[in-house]
Amino acid sequence: MKMTVTEKILAHAAGKSHVSPGDIVNVSPDIIMCNDATTHITIDIFEKKLKNRKVKNPSKNVWVIDHNFPVNDIKTAEAHKKMKIFADRHGIANFHNGDGVCHQILLERYANPGQIIIGADSHTCTIGAIGAFATGLGSTDITGAIATGETWFKVPETIKINMTGKLNKGVYHRDIILYIIGLTGADGANYKAMEFTGQAVREMTVPERAVLCNMAVEAGAKNGIVEADEMCRRYLSEQGRDADRSYFKSDEDACYEKIINVDLSRIKPGCAIPHNVDNYDELENIEKNRVKIHQGFIGACSNGRIENLREAAEVLMNRKVNQQVKLMISPASQSVYKQALNEGLMDIFISAGAVVLNPSCSACWGGCQGIMAENQVSISTATRNFRGRTGHPDSQIYLASAAAVAASCIEGFITDPVKYIR
Amino acid sequence: METHVIHKLGNDIDTDQIIASQYLMLPDIENMKKFAFETIDPDFTVKFKTGDCIAGGKNFGCGSSREQAPAVIKAIGATAVIAESFARIFFRNAINIGLMLIQCPQIGDDLNDADSLSIDLKNSIIVFNGKTVRFHPFTGQAHEIISEGGLIEFINKQSAEDKK
Repeated sequence: MKMTVTEKILAHAAGKSHVSPGDIVNVSPDIIMCNDATTHITIDIFEKKLKNRKVKNPSKNVWVIDHNFPVNDIKTAEAHKKMKIFADRHGIANFHNGDGVCHQILLERYANPGQIIIGADSHTCTIGAIGAFATGLGSTDITGAIATGETWFKVPETIKINMTGKLNKGVYHRDIILYIIGLTGADGANYKAMEFTGQAVREMTVPERAVLCNMAVEAGAKNGIVEADEMCRRYLSEQGRDADRSYFKSDEDACYEKIINVDLSRIKPGCAIPHNVDNYDELENIEKNRVKIHQGFIGACSNGRIENLREAAEVLMNRKVNQQVKLMISPASQSVYKQALNEGLMDIFISAGAVVLNPSCSACWGGCQGIMAENQVSISTATRNFRGRTGHPDSQIYLASAAAVAASCIEGFITDPVKYIR
Repeated sequence: METHVIHKLGNDIDTDQIIASQYLMLPDIENMKKFAFETIDPDFTVKFKTGDCIAGGKNFGCGSSREQAPAVIKAIGATAVIAESFARIFFRNAINIGLMLIQCPQIGDDLNDADSLSIDLKNSIIVFNGKTVRFHPFTGQAHEIISEGGLIEFINKQSAEDKK
């Protein structure tokens, strides 16, 4: 019986030789990730409702403070304190406070191919880039997994997204995923796995694959995944980690719910128009509308990696951000920050008049940085452009690549970045 | 049969609309609930009475994994959410906290704002405007969790049984 990579990982974790879509499996997650947006709720459920209040496997927990860092008010400080006290009491030593965005921390330090990874954050699907089954769950599911060491899944059907061709100048991995979500719609992959494959994907690095997997949830998917391969082995080795593990691969004739073929050479620089992620259009069209912007943001689990900062730096080098616009750049982790410093990117950003923020979820989620007033407009590499996500309900967020954000901040209007790329 | 007033919303009602990010750090759901659906209608929770129902189109609850979303809907006293389809994480969170979800793919534009609706769980039907519509009852693991009133109740029962 042939299986997809997602089916193989779930079957292996459940101790079964075979699973099919629709089967219910019980698994023990290898990593349980919590962050500060929801963990105060998780702790309340654990302490007030559970009868057997023990953490099953403290070492499998990774807790990250990233959504509101540095803390901006007392109630949030109390929530962070609650997390730290709980973690210390229960021996959760993998605790990160301000080191970066949770999904990036997991990619850099913890996640491995073939693992089951659950996180109390919808963008946990990012980590499928390393060939793991990674998905987001809510507080009660996470509480259950922390206490029992187990959780359950219905094996999803898989949509295969087969990519060929090469990206044109000014087009990035971010454009690919915005384009694909435009094709599928916001619920086009609801409950399903999105498997990114094909020659073009095999040539992508793990951080580039992470840009694709990151947004799978915006099509409703349970997980996004790229099967682990030599690129993955190289990434793990670069991080100084053990790359010698079982790498699951989809069988040639595995059964897919649907196959979507994407020729990368046909994709143009794109964006998602307010207030839905699937509201896709090409920037050359939007550019004609002369949409005036007040703010730009580059960062987050979606586009805050070193590759994305390099994309922005290429546009910003020897240029200035428009006086009417504030551009904020937040590296996805301290290690990305350090590398950007070493490569001279921070110098380019600051010389251009951009503001560099600490690694965190920042303006992507509207917790404590980059909040917008009524009728203000931003262009952002954030994960979502929902109404009111980053401030006033009548503010607007356009989602685009780091290069498009940089180019737009120079012009003061939403702009196709092509003319800024050598 | 008991009837419930419908508050009708559209397609793709996302978790930020259900409860905005800026309220997530409030200490608990009781403090958050008055801000439910604020971006759709600042007076939503004033107009909403205990026992009323929310109706949506497709992909209700898309977006973040925040369990605060179904939790505030339960806390404002909603009997159920009726929609053509639900986003995955919201669906699972609602089951886990015991918020009733009724998935009716064929409901379309038939159900409107301020309609009265009754729910017959035993026969898996809803009745409104003289129409009777069947919905899919929960099965498998989801059914077991709902039968216990939520995931934590399910786990508590299991750990009690393990000790026997």
